[in-house]
Amino acid sequence: MAEINSCQNEKWPYKLDYGKELEVSGDVLIVGSGVAGCHAAIAAAKKGAKVIAVDKANIKISGSGGSGVDHWHFACTSPCCPISPDEMIEIVKTYPFGVTGETGLGPTCYITCNESYDTLLDLEKYGATIRDVDDEFAGAEFRDEKTKLMFAYDYDGKHTLRVPGVQFKQAMYKGMKSLGVQFFEHIMITSLLTEGGKKGTRVIGATGVNVITGEFYIFKAKATVLATCTPLGIWSYSTEVAGSNKLGGEPNGGSAYALGWNAGAEFTMMEASANRGIFGGWAPDFGAGAAFATWYACTLVDAEGKEIPWIDRDGNVLKTVSERYHARPGQKFFLGTVHPFGMPYEYRGPSIIPDLGKRISEGEYKLPFFADLPSMPEHERRAIWGLMVGNEGLTRYPVYIQYSRAGFDPNEDMLEVETLPFQAMIPSKTPPVRFGSSERNLGFVGGYGGLVFDWDLKTSIDGLYAAGQVLAGGADYSASACSGRFAGRSAAEYSSKSSQRTVDRKQVDIEKERVYAPVTKGNGLEWKEVQFLVNKTMQIYCPEYKNEEMLRMGLKWLNDIRNNEAASIYVRHPHELQRALECLERITVGEIVMQSSLLRKSSNRGLDFKRLDFPIIDPPEHQKYITVRLTEKGIESGELPLNYWLLPPNAPTYRENYEKHAKLK
Amino acid sequence: LDSDTASKINHFSAIGIPVVIDSELCTGCNECVEVCRAHMILPNLEKGKPPQVWYPEECWYCGCCVAFCPVGAVKLKYPINRRVGWKNKGTDKYFRIGMENPPPPNIRPPVCPEFRIEIK
Repeated sequence: MAEINSCQNEKWPYKLDYGKELEVSGDVLIVGSGVAGCHAAIAAAKKGAKVIAVDKANIKISGSGGSGVDHWHFACTSPCCPISPDEMIEIVKTYPFGVTGETGLGPTCYITCNESYDTLLDLEKYGATIRDVDDEFAGAEFRDEKTKLMFAYDYDGKHTLRVPGVQFKQAMYKGMKSLGVQFFEHIMITSLLTEGGKKGTRVIGATGVNVITGEFYIFKAKATVLATCTPLGIWSYSTEVAGSNKLGGEPNGGSAYALGWNAGAEFTMMEASANRGIFGGWAPDFGAGAAFATWYACTLVDAEGKEIPWIDRDGNVLKTVSERYHARPGQKFFLGTVHPFGMPYEYRGPSIIPDLGKRISEGEYKLPFFADLPSMPEHERRAIWGLMVGNEGLTRYPVYIQYSRAGFDPNEDMLEVETLPFQAMIPSKTPPVRFGSSERNLGFVGGYGGLVFDWDLKTSIDGLYAAGQVLAGGADYSASACSGRFAGRSAAEYSSKSSQRTVDRKQVDIEKERVYAPVTKGNGLEWKEVQFLVNKTMQIYCPEYKNEEMLRMGLKWLNDIRNNEAASIYVRHPHELQRALECLERITVGEIVMQSSLLRKSSNRGLDFKRLDFPIIDPPEHQKYITVRLTEKGIESGELPLNYWLLPPNAPTYRENYEKHAKLK
Repeated sequence: LDSDTASKINHFSAIGIPVVIDSELCTGCNECVEVCRAHMILPNLEKGKPPQVWYPEECWYCGCCVAFCPVGAVKLKYPINRRVGWKNKGTDKYFRIGMENPPPPNIRPPVCPEFRIEIK
């Protein structure tokens, strides 16, 4: 290793130990101990595995769900829910590419339908509050008097629970501790170790760097679970204005994507990306009045206090607040979540009038709108503001407590609603002028591309499992928890049948050289400058409308940036080293996105994917997953049919596959 | 935040301060440092002194530093570019976070007021 410039160490409040090697070995290694990772750790430890849980932050609060949650989706097996997992899973057919939005791809969704409620009970066992224990909501329409469970959206279907989930992550931590899981906090995993140091061979561990001391870790494990967040900041990442980079989630470079890619794992749907959207930056998340998600089904009024009507799925105006929370006669249940093509009639719930934009332009309703909490029944008002906003991850302090301190009183005050989305609904009288939609996020309405996985939640390479957001199709909070649990069991079982392998020293040395390169320089470029260059490259060569020429240039320049500008990043502290390594991860993620984009030679509505050189939308022969991976010989692509999880060698039904692979005994 | 407290704030950056630590209340236990997911708060070189905000622009505004402070010394300051308004239904009067002469605070706690659970 090159000499480290010691003058950079001045004032850093921790003892620096760049390059010092520590070796840890266990059965199951968890990469990213957020919601999915912690549940994987708990499940693996329960099966008797020696578990190593790694995270960049303190595991008590780490991850996208670390500071709370308010919804718990698809608790089909709760004593209150009349919908069976086998009934619920039918919704998958209506979603493009089988990505259900919040609960991920078919198998992820089915696992969630089966284990969501049990996962919640686990959290309760470890000390979290999941019910209305204080009877604050006694008598409320959304509360079951016997179990004290509370429901969101659909008070007949009862598939989604309202949970005061602010303590959930700590409960996971407590559970892990009681099971003897070993914690390795403030450590960023930088590479996966593979058998013989080759791509595509069995994963046998990982390397990591401590982001406050700079120490180097070699983790040896029989099985590894990738459970980090979906990549963020690929098209844009700004730290100039306070909070401007907060949209969407934690600033995560996409560790699992870069790690999996470099180890040779297969990815799919990575060509999908969507406009960054118009919702960001106006207020804290869920901190403006609304009528959906956390705010479902709050009454909205216009500038003069006129109520915006709610309608049922047939267009009939609903007269009461209560009706917004019930299925129609003959409808078993409805879904309160978004659907990329609009919710099919069968599962469509109440909504505010769809022609609102037109009626605003005709002067019937005047902007701005307000969320009329004072007019809502007390239980509903308290559920939206005190229960949901008060417990969702990024709303307790930024919204509930900040607004309360400033004097906001939901009993008397109506919170302003963001105007921009309504502006966008207004039918244009002049031809629309389009400006570049180059600021994008990975994914599409309701889902993300990610690692190809099977019914064990195993990736395409041996010894490597995936859980949560990194699964192709993504996952929300409860789906991350459930897939984590499932992957943890699979990894534990695999580890019990396999032996530890010798780490290839050459692979470690190459990685060590790469990781510490920014530390050894006395000057060069700051990571933020390179990060912005990577973002610009994505904006220019991988915008909404793509073609072969732009994508090939983009790939050429990303590679060039890696070898030049990125190779001259210098850092002063381990903290900046973490950010620099995240920046390098984003280059890799950008490459996966552009390689995947090149491979899909048509435009696709479901994936919100637009090729200028292949403008034909959704040709039937292209309705399949296109897969991509890096091998020792270069990029290799493949394809999988839609519903591959129900085709041979898998069984034809969800139930059979689940029972065969769940390893519950 | 009064000007007296403001003068005691430790920060290295001109960018808006996402969290402020009351140096009178702070015992220097560094719990906020430990739970900061962004590692933007670092310990003071002088033992027992309030931690310092090194990387304010990396704040995720999760509020864990506030929740875990055992003495209530940490306050979250949301970016001023995200301040919303409301209207009182009875009086039609408008309010805004950060306004002059704000209304009195509303003290009702959220459902499940305890963020932290006992971990032994």
